Amino acid sequence: MSTTKESLFSKKNMKLIKDPLNDSNPVSIQVLGICSALAITIMLENAFVMSMSVLFVLIAANVVVSSIRNLIPDKIRIIVQLVIVATLVITVDLVLKAFVYEVSKQLSVFVGLIITNCIIMGRLEAFALANKPGPAFLDAIGNAFGYTWILLVVGFIREIFGSGSIWGVKIVPDSLLIENGGFYEHNGLMLLSPIALFLVASIIWVQRSKNRKLIEAN
Amino acid sequence: MKFLERLVDKMEPNFEKGGKYEKWFPLFDGFATFLFTPKHTTKKGVHIRDAVDLKRTMNTVIQALIPCLLFGIWNTGFQHYSALGLLEEFGFLDQVLFGAIKVLPIVIVSYAVGLGVEFGFCIAKGHPIEEGFLVSGMLIPLIVPADTPLWMVAVATIFAVVFVKEVFGGTGMNILNPALTARAFLYFAYPKQLSGDKAWVNTELPDGYVQTESGKVLNELGQAVGQFDAMAGATQLSRFNASIGIYKEQGIDAGIAALDGAHSLLDSFLGLIPGSIGETSVVAILIGAGLLLHTGVASWKIMASGIFGAVFMTIIFNTAGMNPYMTVGPLEHLTAGGFMFGIVFMATDPVSAAQTEVGKVIYGFFIGLMTIMIRVFNPAYPEGIMLAILFMNVMSPLIDHYVVQGNIKDRLQRAKLHSLTH
Repeated sequence: MSTTKESLFSKKNMKLIKDPLNDSNPVSIQVLGICSALAITIMLENAFVMSMSVLFVLIAANVVVSSIRNLIPDKIRIIVQLVIVATLVITVDLVLKAFVYEVSKQLSVFVGLIITNCIIMGRLEAFALANKPGPAFLDAIGNAFGYTWILLVVGFIREIFGSGSIWGVKIVPDSLLIENGGFYEHNGLMLLSPIALFLVASIIWVQRSKNRKLIEAN
Repeated sequence: MKFLERLVDKMEPNFEKGGKYEKWFPLFDGFATFLFTPKHTTKKGVHIRDAVDLKRTMNTVIQALIPCLLFGIWNTGFQHYSALGLLEEFGFLDQVLFGAIKVLPIVIVSYAVGLGVEFGFCIAKGHPIEEGFLVSGMLIPLIVPADTPLWMVAVATIFAVVFVKEVFGGTGMNILNPALTARAFLYFAYPKQLSGDKAWVNTELPDGYVQTESGKVLNELGQAVGQFDAMAGATQLSRFNASIGIYKEQGIDAGIAALDGAHSLLDSFLGLIPGSIGETSVVAILIGAGLLLHTGVASWKIMASGIFGAVFMTIIFNTAGMNPYMTVGPLEHLTAGGFMFGIVFMATDPVSAAQTEVGKVIYGFFIGLMTIMIRVFNPAYPEGIMLAILFMNVMSPLIDHYVVQGNIKDRLQRAKLHSLTH
């Protein structure tokens, strides 16, 4: 091991943040956490609150697991990770209920289901268990924001075409609707979960046509 | 002709490799081969000479659709004026004119948008232009209500062409029927415009006419010439469906009596009922079916087993007879809604249907069976054919897989027996 202490923001460490945003994005490249991306992206606000919850849980879990990584017996590591994640998720759930009750009601079970979010378990297994807390912290930030931007893009498209608003603010005036003598109609498909699959697929499409290295040979 | 040929020949160098408009070669090639037989021939390998190519096949289907289109145009006008009770004021020509004004723009939008997207993809990928969309572009207008706003048709067409065709590799590679996908998109995206009793018949009054509160329609001179028919917009299937509501409120007898409110079997057969533009007339569809079967473009196995599946399911329901809808007979089911149109023109799409001969029979049978099941069991989806075909489109590779595996197993068995006996 080198004796010189590596700076937290060295080039190698910054890659931990940058990569998950693009070329190893947890949602669009590794196809993890799809479930929540489908379920809670009807409104931008929900997507944002969900992303922030995942951000908090992922950072805390990654740092905690990484700092006790040498104490965790290998055989029961999954249970230990689950206990840590579950504790954090319950904390998040209670905070959401206390401060943003309406959003928490709409997110319903999906906050609790962060426990089973593959991104979190994936990062704990793949990164936190083998790295120091510093890089684990950066890795968590990178992956959480990788998740966040996908959710926000999907949430934005679904909200503006599905309900004609952004963050709950009406953009498409009601007078344009057919029932009020206009010509426009909100797209009901945008309110159904399957459309999120199409939108995520489109993001994947754009990403792969930009970076051809991502296309698997078959 | 000579002039065109010379023009094409003169333009060709510009589009070839290294030419000024190299990028646009697929577009040029598409038009040139549309006008003239392509000059290039197969260079190597064994090949079969046959007059039937993709273009001819597609053309046959379009010709088969023409009776439906023409009938649909007239029926749109007929339903419109009959809902207002103005059939005597506006004769046959007025009805055709009204229908043409409603229907032709949808056809144009569907073709323009769909071909635009296809050309765009072909140029971007450098593929030659295929004729695949010619049929889809005609099918889409025929399976939407005449009043569908044009921009919705455009959005649905783009969605269908991009997501079920181009991402899978264009013509011949789609896993679902593109036209039905467009319809499903419209159905889920804009349910208010595409379903319910208001969607099917246009009830805007002609210029100068007014409607009184009691529903009388007055002409420019204030004479009562027509009577607005509030029930006119209800399709055959929604009339069947209504019987379930009445049954739940007033008992089985009232429910069965409510079925009398449905259109007569003859009207339903001839197509004098509200519905999507091309789907109403079984007569027009049968003319098309005759052409498809005569030329061998569509598979009779799919059609026959589809109809058999529907009849089979109807008979089971008739025997059970647990609610009024279950007592609706097989002929009524076959002539109602889009069943015939779907089974003749959509289910037989050679790309998305099952490919093996046994597979075709299974595929068709389940389409018929599921159509009736969805109709009767799920009041949220009055017409089941769309979802049934899309579902079986997804299942058809699986069906083919098991048919092929079964065949391999049979032949191995036979080979074994053969070697034992000798």
